[in-house]
Amino acid sequence: MREVTVRDALREALREEMRRDKTVFLLGEDIGRYWGGAFGVTKGLAEEFGDERVRDTPISESAIIGVGVGAAVTGMRPVAEIMFGDLSALAMDQICNQAAKIRYMFGGQASAPLVVRTPFGAGVNIASHHSQSLEAWFMHTPGLYVAVPSTPYDAKGLLKTAIRGSNPVFFVEHKLLYPVKGMIPEEDYVAPFGVADIKREGSDVSIVATLYMVHKALATAEQLNKEGISAEVVDPRTLAPLDKQAIVKSVKKTGRLVVVSEDCKTAGISAEIAATVAEEALDYLDAPIRRVAEPDTPIPFSPTLEKFVIPDEKSIIKAVKEIV
Amino acid sequence: MVENKKLLEMYHQMLTIRFFEEKVFELYGQNLVPGTIHLYAGEEAVAVGVCANLRRDDYITSTHRGHGHCIAKGVRLDKTMAEILGRKTGYCKGKGGSMHIADFSIGMLGASAVVGAGIPIAAGAGLSIKLRGTDQVAVCFFGEGASNQGTFHEGINLAAVWSLPVVFVCENNLYAMGTRQSRVMTIENIADRAAAYGIPGVMVDGNDVLAVYEAARVAVKRARQGEGPTLIECKTYRLKGHSRFDPAAYRPKEEVEAWLKKDPIACFQTKLFEMGVLTEVEVLKMVQEVRKDVDEATKFAIESPFPEPQEALEDVYATEESATTK
Repeated sequence: MREVTVRDALREALREEMRRDKTVFLLGEDIGRYWGGAFGVTKGLAEEFGDERVRDTPISESAIIGVGVGAAVTGMRPVAEIMFGDLSALAMDQICNQAAKIRYMFGGQASAPLVVRTPFGAGVNIASHHSQSLEAWFMHTPGLYVAVPSTPYDAKGLLKTAIRGSNPVFFVEHKLLYPVKGMIPEEDYVAPFGVADIKREGSDVSIVATLYMVHKALATAEQLNKEGISAEVVDPRTLAPLDKQAIVKSVKKTGRLVVVSEDCKTAGISAEIAATVAEEALDYLDAPIRRVAEPDTPIPFSPTLEKFVIPDEKSIIKAVKEIV
Repeated sequence: MVENKKLLEMYHQMLTIRFFEEKVFELYGQNLVPGTIHLYAGEEAVAVGVCANLRRDDYITSTHRGHGHCIAKGVRLDKTMAEILGRKTGYCKGKGGSMHIADFSIGMLGASAVVGAGIPIAAGAGLSIKLRGTDQVAVCFFGEGASNQGTFHEGINLAAVWSLPVVFVCENNLYAMGTRQSRVMTIENIADRAAAYGIPGVMVDGNDVLAVYEAARVAVKRARQGEGPTLIECKTYRLKGHSRFDPAAYRPKEEVEAWLKKDPIACFQTKLFEMGVLTEVEVLKMVQEVRKDVDEATKFAIESPFPEPQEALEDVYATEESATTK
C-alpha cells in the first residue's frame, strides 16, 4: 500500500487504463499538455499518450459529450471531462437523451461505454455556476451509472470499473477531495459498482453520506464517539446502481438513519435514500429519519453565505442528537 | 459516369422508399401504427444519392424522418416495418419505433428524434474512425431546422478543426414543422454556413439523385482520403406534412404544385428512359417486385407478436459488469 491523493489516484486510473487499452482516450477543455485539466487530473498524460489521445476541445460541452457518444458506439472508450459539473447542463441532451438511452431505445443493439468525469461541490468560493452538486439529475436518468467516490482508493477503483464497463457512467469528483490523501494498493485493482462501503462501523445510528460529506460524517462520528454515541458511516460509492441492501442492513442494525448530502434537499439524493429506507425498513426504525442537505438555494459566493448552506459537522451532530 | 447497374439500383431503392412510406401511411390509417410518423416520401433522392457512395462499414446517423436513410443504407424492410408497428421482431424489439430505427451491423447508428443531436454523434464516429486508423466515413443526415441548433455549430466546428471523415448532409425541405425557413434565418442557403467552419459547402438540387450522388461522391472521397468534412445542402421537399395529421396548410398551393412536378422518382425515371437504361416494361416489373417486397415486410410485421409487457424492463443497462469486480 502507498499513500496518494484523490487527484493522483484518478490520474493513475486514466494512465493505467490508457496503457492497457488503446481504445481509451480523453477529451475535454484544456486537459492537454498546456494545462492538464482545470484541477490538474490529466497533467502529464498528453506527454505520455500524445495529443490525439488526450484531446483539447473547443468550449463545446454538447459536442464533447456528443463526440464521446459517437466514438463510444463505434468501438472506442472515451473519457470526457466537463470542467465544472454545473456545465454538464450544457450537455444534458447528449448525456441524458443520447448516451443514457441508446442501449434501450435501440433494443440492446449497442451501448455507449462513455465516462463523463466532472467536479461538483462547493467550498472554494466560486459561486453559483461552479459549485453545485447535481448528482440527483443523473441518478434520475435510467441508463446512466453514477459514481461518487470519497477516497483515493474508491476514486481509482471506481474510475477503472467505469472505463472497463459497457455502460455510460457519470463520474462525480468533488473539488475539495482532489488533495485528500489515502492508501491504495500497489497492484491493479477495481472497485465494484453497486457495492457500498462501510467507512466506519457503529451501532447507534447510520449516517449515509457521499463524496466530501463522507469525511464530514467520519469527523462527526469521531466526535460523537467521545460522547458515547456509536455512529456507522455508510458510503454508497455509486448512486446508480445504489446498494440499497447495505443501507437497509445498516439501518436494521442501528435503528436510526441520518442522510447527509451536499445537494439540495428537495428531490435530492437524500430523498431517494430516505424513501428507500422508509419503504424497506420502516419497522426497524426507532426514530424518524433525518436529512442534512443544502437548503434549496443556488450556491452563494461570499464565504459567510456559502458556509451557511453547506452541511457541516455541527448540523450533522444536531441531526443525530435529535433522534438518538 | 455511373454504371447502368448502379443507376438501376438507385432507382429501385427510391421506389422502395416511396412504396414503403405509402404503405406506412396506409397502415397508419388502419390504426396499425402506434404514435406518429414522419414520412420521407419526396426526399428519396437525398438518402439514395448519398448512400450510393457508401460501403457497408461506413456509418450514418439519422433523424425522426429517417425511414429513407435506413432503407438507403440497406436495412431489412421486415424488421423496419415490424419496429414501426411496435412488434417484438422489430430492429429495436419495439422499444424505438418509427423515430429510432437502428441497425448497427450495417453502420446505421440509429435515428435520434432530438433535432440536431446526431451532428456531434456523427463527428464522434468520425473521430473513432480517425483514432482507429480505418478509411471509413460517417454521414450525418439532418434538416435545415437542425442548422439552427447549437449542436450544428459545435459538431461541425469540431469535425472541421480535427479534420474528421464526416459528410454533413442537410436536407432542406424549407419547413421545420410548420415554420418556413425565411422566418427563422436570414440566409437562403445552409451551405453558406460551411464558410464559418472553413470547410466546403456545396448546394445541390436534392430532387436530382444524380446531382446528389456526384456531390456526395466528391465529399465521401475527400473524407476517405483524410481531407476533412464537407457540408452538402440538398434542396428538397416533403410530399406530405410534417407528421401524420399535418395537412401542411402553411405551404402555398403553387409551391406544392411546383415541387410535385419535380418529383425525384419521376424525374429520375424520365432521365433513365432518355439514357436508354430503363424501359416502361422494366418499370412495371420493378414496381411489382418492390410492391411485393413491401407487402412481404408488412405481412411479417403484422403477423409478428407484440413484446411481452415486462420486456419494458430489459435493455436499460448492459449487464455484464453491473455490481461486479473485473
